Amino acid sequence: MSAMLDIKNLHAEIEDNEILRGLDLTVNPGEVHAIMGPNGSGKSTLANVLAGREEYEVTEGSVTYNGQDLLDMDPEERARDGVFLAFQYPVELPGVSTMQFLRTAVNAMREHRGEDEMNVAEFMKLMREKADFVNLDHSLMQRSVNEGFSGGEKKRAEIFQMAMLDPKLGILDETDSGLDIDALKIVSEGVNKLRADDRAFVLITHYQRLLNYIRPDVVHILMDGRIVKSGGFELAEELEAKGYEWIREHADDAVVA
Amino acid sequence: MIDTLEQTPTLREWIEAGPGDYVNGHATPFAALRARARTAFDHLGIPTRKDEAWKYTNIEKALRHDYALLDSDATPIVDASDVADYRIDGLDAYTLVVVNGTVVPELSDTDGLPAGVHIGSLREAATSHADVVERHLGQYADVESEAFIALNTASDLNGVFLQIDKSVTLERPIQIVHVTNTDEDAFVQTRNLYLFGENSEALVVETYHSASDVKTFGNRVSEVVVERAARINLLQLQTEGDNASQVNTLQIEQDAASYFAAHTYTLGGALVRNNVNAVPNAEGCETHLYGLYILDGEQHVDNHTLVDHAKPNCFSNELYRGIVDGRSTGVFNGKVFVRRDAQQTNAYQSSQGVVLSDDASHHSKPELEIYADDVKCSHGSTTGEVEPEHVFYLRSRGLSEQQAKSLLLYAFAHDIVTELPHEALRTYLDALIEDRLNAQLLG
Repeated sequence: MSAMLDIKNLHAEIEDNEILRGLDLTVNPGEVHAIMGPNGSGKSTLANVLAGREEYEVTEGSVTYNGQDLLDMDPEERARDGVFLAFQYPVELPGVSTMQFLRTAVNAMREHRGEDEMNVAEFMKLMREKADFVNLDHSLMQRSVNEGFSGGEKKRAEIFQMAMLDPKLGILDETDSGLDIDALKIVSEGVNKLRADDRAFVLITHYQRLLNYIRPDVVHILMDGRIVKSGGFELAEELEAKGYEWIREHADDAVVA
Repeated sequence: MIDTLEQTPTLREWIEAGPGDYVNGHATPFAALRARARTAFDHLGIPTRKDEAWKYTNIEKALRHDYALLDSDATPIVDASDVADYRIDGLDAYTLVVVNGTVVPELSDTDGLPAGVHIGSLREAATSHADVVERHLGQYADVESEAFIALNTASDLNGVFLQIDKSVTLERPIQIVHVTNTDEDAFVQTRNLYLFGENSEALVVETYHSASDVKTFGNRVSEVVVERAARINLLQLQTEGDNASQVNTLQIEQDAASYFAAHTYTLGGALVRNNVNAVPNAEGCETHLYGLYILDGEQHVDNHTLVDHAKPNCFSNELYRGIVDGRSTGVFNGKVFVRRDAQQTNAYQSSQGVVLSDDASHHSKPELEIYADDVKCSHGSTTGEVEPEHVFYLRSRGLSEQQAKSLLLYAFAHDIVTELPHEALRTYLDALIEDRLNAQLLG
């Protein structure tokens, strides 16, 4: 099986601060990987580098996505090829109609795949279907993108967008932060329904809580810009019980190559 | 002395000739007013950039060009088919066509206007509506201190006269189609007088078009009188070509409890200066000034607004947005006066500019002068680029950079469009804006 995402020795910096310092990660189709780490360990940097945010500079290493050099692709090319980032802080876009935005996005994907534009009726049907997926009030789709949404609504809207765009690789950047337990369950259920043999997820989170609802295949601990330990779900439980300090103390002998 | 120059003079020849020469020699029926304006103009002269009000716009340089003074009585030729193209789809408006400042009844369509509404040429109204014209013309636009008002008032004083009687509601809008069509580089002056009677209601749409590619300069003055409790919307849509410049003055006088909204859209033209001066001159007035300008190439657009609160309990709201690309320049200069007696005034002003290229510039200058102590006033002014964070969000969903910017700028502009009180106008403007963004700015 060839890897969907293959990250080798990734170094990245922002404003001359090196954040990622030799990160390795391999994700195969169908797998769910959780990346856990304390604040400042490089979790969000990894998400942003994968999505193509220009402020981050990759100084060393490589990222291969389905055989292509991901770092060489524009953010929209990555999206059209199936990379989706659910933002930690989704932006509000006053005046930008959610429907118009998503229709443009869906049709950009379809054009990329050589398919015809989706007609309005089909599109509306798809929107309703996917909104129900995450219990998103249909009236929110009549509003501007994320404008005036509560924190929980914004996170659900991200999962809704992911369902609309049908990606191959979903990267969820602290999607659990700020969610109450009910919202967390809804979001998790949405993600679980999207799990498929040809789709992979990278869940970036500080806490184990999300992983109780979206069971990962592999758990990685990220510290100081590198994966210092990888394991199964039990690693997340151990981390929750003992804390990041325990990992830090055992980091050197715990690195899994 | 009248009509001493045998041939049509250029603007500069006329200015240099000094007092005594009216533009084009039609001294009657406004002889006294015109003579006074000519004297005032000779005293004022064309403003320079040393004049604070013209700091960002070098109008003196723009007028060094040899523009012929266009004789508004020369028979203007415009094809009826062109006029059909200028009509706004779905607006279902009464249409008045004005070519080079002269009303052309053959091209107009005002059939079915309700009783109590008169629209036609100002020159003719000087006879047919002598009393009201005499009472209002030149009473609001300040001949003594504004050079372009003086210059306009010293001219033929021809243009549109619109009068709506007390308690008449116009169910259909009026579209006034202004066309400039000339073979020689020309200076065109237009004078409009709009009288909206007590408790009347109307939507008036002015569209401006150039039918030829020669250089033209329009000096337009409109005096608008909004009587007690009248509810009026006026849209000025400027979509002229790259050789068409103008100074456009809109002078609004409001009586008690009246509502007036100006919607000023500048999507075309070379150098455009819009002076919008509103005087809510009695209690309970509501005044809205909305403006949108989308510029590229060498365009220069200067919006200069004044809301002069002289009386208590009035509300004014100003919302201007501009997008500048290429080597264009956008200016917003908004002054709000709250005079000592104007207690309980609520006055708001917001100006936002988005700059798309390194060579484009945007200047925003709010000025609030408040002499009353019990008022609510605020202003906000921003100039910036399209938020990179917003563009990235959209690109991460598969939109190209151009699609992302287009969607964001469209939303930015659309906020002004939503203030238009007619569905067909909103649809028309949205389409114009989308086309301008995609085909011209970002394309």
